[in-house]
Amino acid sequence: MRYLPLSDADRQDMLAVIGASSIDELFADIPADKLQRELPDLPRRKGELEVERIMTRLSSKNVPASSVPFFVGAGAYKHHVPATVDHLIQRSEFLTSYTPYQPEIAQGTLQYLFEFQTQVAALAGMEVANASMYDGSTACGEAVLMAHRVTKRRKAVLSGGLHPHYADVVRTLSKMAGDEVVTMAPDVGATEDILSAIDGSVSCVVVQTPDVFGNLRDLRAIAEKCRAVGALLIAAFTEVVSLGLVTPPGAMGADIVVGEGQSIGNSLNFGGPYVGLFASKQKYVRQMPGRLCGETVDADGTRGFVLTLSTREQHIRRDKATSNICTNSGLCALAFTIHMTLLGQAGLSRLARINHAHAVKLADMLAGVKGVEVLNGTFFNEFTLRLSRPAAAVVEQLAAKGVMAGVPVSRLLPKAGLDDLLIVANTEVNTDEDRAAFVEALKEVL
Amino acid sequence: MLNRQGRPTGPGFGSAAAHETFTGNRALMQEEALIFEIGRHDVTGVDLDEPAAFAPRLGGLERTDGIGLPGLSEPETMRHYVRLSQKNYGIDSGLFPLGSCTMKHNPRLNERMARLPGFADVHPLQPVSTVQGALELMNELARWLTELTGMAAVALSPKAGAHGELCGMMAIKAAIEAKGEGATRRTVLVPDSAHGTNPATAALIQFDVKPVPVRDDGTVDPEAVRALAGPDTAAIMLTNPNTCGLFEKDIVAIAEIIHAAGGYFYCDGANYNAIVGKARPGDLGVDAMHINLHKTFSTPHGGGGPGSGPVVLSERIAAHAPVPFVRPDGAGFALVEDEAGTGAFGRITAFHGQMGMYVRALSYMLSHGADGCRQASEDAVLNANYIRARLADLMSLPFGNRACMHEVLFDDAWLKDTGVTTLDFAKAMIDEGYHPMTVYFPLVVHGAMLVEPTESESRASLDLFIATLRDLAMAAVRGDVERFTGAPYLAPRRRLDETRAARTPILRWTPPQPVQEAAE
Repeated sequence: MRYLPLSDADRQDMLAVIGASSIDELFADIPADKLQRELPDLPRRKGELEVERIMTRLSSKNVPASSVPFFVGAGAYKHHVPATVDHLIQRSEFLTSYTPYQPEIAQGTLQYLFEFQTQVAALAGMEVANASMYDGSTACGEAVLMAHRVTKRRKAVLSGGLHPHYADVVRTLSKMAGDEVVTMAPDVGATEDILSAIDGSVSCVVVQTPDVFGNLRDLRAIAEKCRAVGALLIAAFTEVVSLGLVTPPGAMGADIVVGEGQSIGNSLNFGGPYVGLFASKQKYVRQMPGRLCGETVDADGTRGFVLTLSTREQHIRRDKATSNICTNSGLCALAFTIHMTLLGQAGLSRLARINHAHAVKLADMLAGVKGVEVLNGTFFNEFTLRLSRPAAAVVEQLAAKGVMAGVPVSRLLPKAGLDDLLIVANTEVNTDEDRAAFVEALKEVL
Repeated sequence: MLNRQGRPTGPGFGSAAAHETFTGNRALMQEEALIFEIGRHDVTGVDLDEPAAFAPRLGGLERTDGIGLPGLSEPETMRHYVRLSQKNYGIDSGLFPLGSCTMKHNPRLNERMARLPGFADVHPLQPVSTVQGALELMNELARWLTELTGMAAVALSPKAGAHGELCGMMAIKAAIEAKGEGATRRTVLVPDSAHGTNPATAALIQFDVKPVPVRDDGTVDPEAVRALAGPDTAAIMLTNPNTCGLFEKDIVAIAEIIHAAGGYFYCDGANYNAIVGKARPGDLGVDAMHINLHKTFSTPHGGGGPGSGPVVLSERIAAHAPVPFVRPDGAGFALVEDEAGTGAFGRITAFHGQMGMYVRALSYMLSHGADGCRQASEDAVLNANYIRARLADLMSLPFGNRACMHEVLFDDAWLKDTGVTTLDFAKAMIDEGYHPMTVYFPLVVHGAMLVEPTESESRASLDLFIATLRDLAMAAVRGDVERFTGAPYLAPRRRLDETRAARTPILRWTPPQPVQEAAE
């Protein structure tokens, strides 16, 4: 077997050194009637070529985003990732290293995490950020738990513009932890009265901007109300590219900012792995979940980096830890930080302007189609349409015509009675030809 | 003193003062500044055309600050990260004996497969009819995982091991609540040898954690469990093979005691690599066990993630698995995303889990086959025992010189009165070109050193590693203390001051203060 260096002769020699007569002598602690004698009922080993054939056959049953005009978003976005990024993250020393527990031989990982934390904090307009979370949705769930620790209250209010999967993650965690959650009704037009839901019993309010329907939300009044009653404002986002063009949550008074970083550096991957971004005010840092990298010096006085504030973490605190999290999303954070380094603020803001400009163009084109209404007053690169027919069926028909039109709201909110709504995303990868094909196909099916 | 190659090895050699350079670089070991110190705000390494003039729809929420992010051109970017990478130790650099972490070879075929556009470039919410291959792959991975473990079902979506624990314990909690016992069954038994994630997970969802002492042989005594189990017992969280590197020989009895008390058996599967094809958790009475695809099934650790932690579930709790899940549907596959009408306890992440890791893990499984999977476990156990047998005369084994699973645990009794600690010993290994073993874990032995070589090491590699540890051990006992207490001498950094980092946390770069510059 190509991955196993020992030969049968090695195995026999080594057993002799150990003083065991057979390999199963080393498994003697397994109860004899539980030791597996027969091989599992699964295929036998295969060469690289055969595995590649099988996997390629499976992959060819899927339709890749880059093969069609593609407007699907709602939490994950098709962007162009420079070739440099994927080359660098496959460097052995990054790919095959572990969590940097031995900092003297992990400065590569630690320095990029320090740079990543700085980039994320700057993007969010916050003071500090951690070294990443699993994804945006779990970052959101952890933010709510953190707010409960800070405020010593146990009630979260979720905006009706929060991505339904994010809301589900928060509700599941809260249900299991015995905490209360108030979920506002789906808020397609960003008109909800969330202020009246905020009182002195509330630990935190979670508001997404741009929200799941694409609307931009001004958080300042919510932040003010939160401050007045001692609650925390958690701002969420699913499209990090928006922060190149839109006022960051930190500048609008958010206490904790969480979001999905997939758009920068990472592929769609059918939903994972992604990279959760988590930033907060400095004063809450000891209540933060997840890994943190900090600057220090070595025995010669030279600058270096280490994982720090680990007394918050499970391997030290066990059942008193701020979170059970052990891993972050290191390699995805690396992809993010490399892409962000290539962009810089100049490239990021231009990329954001392109996304916005093209989305405006598409929205105006679609508004001219009979049976289509664009619902958003504001948006970044994503907006919601009301169609004259249920959106799920329209999406299937368009897929059959080779256009991936977007996400029917009914897929995210099956019981909300919003079956005629379609969420459409337009990024820099979409061409004028793509937009024209979308509009033509939509005219044909409506 | 000189080693066999005639090179000086004493302390001080190679320290920064020994041979200073103008740049601070040392040949291939290059110093590299932060991007904030070398980048510029007006530079970008991505060529994009400014869009034509248009009327924005931002509603007055345009960003007005400068963001504060420098950019680098493409060649500068390449050089920055290549230089950083050269300061890292990976599996491809050498033996990585980090116990409990299973640092095995990461096949590059798996990387290539994960990058096929049909896997990497599909969106989680595009029409289900356009992702049938992805769902088939998930179904096939589920078949392998349930068949290997002898369990009824698997929840694929957990994003990492600790997330898998959380998922499994949530399923157990849901099963308890479905029986109307939520108010009374609130205690989770956790052995002292457990990973820290176990008690943290149980506490996160409001279980009370009750520790179970470990007996003198390093395993859990079923009588200790019997004494603690009762009508308040929700579950036990037991790692098997355990963190002392031993198979819990009374696991079946422990499972029976917990089940008789009406509780559930959560098994931490972090050490599953020792027993694939040798024992099935389903045959041992396990109700839920997470599998770290990034350990047992070779998906890369990536400097700390992304992981992937599917949880296999017994018949008793399978109905409570979270959404989403894949279901065969006629000739194809359906994706159940809405929990209505299912027994699911909810959703633990957006979308469907770590698809990129599923592809890699299945590539590993197909490559190994059932026979190769079993051989890998046997080789992993053989390698660990070989190290044990050849170091047992020098280093101390807290539970005696007996067969271990895929990792061997030493304590620091043999270092007593040498002036060398476990940490010093680990740092001296760095100078010898090795990543240290796991140190000070598990907590149940003093100065623990947990060595897990994995099946990826050749006999020659093991022999050199053993010879190195023997040389170090003899030096420590001989009193060559500075070789240890000052180590590492030859790494990109000397020993780092972690206390200082925690006392005055500097968690991001900030522009240097002009006053401080003048003071220097």
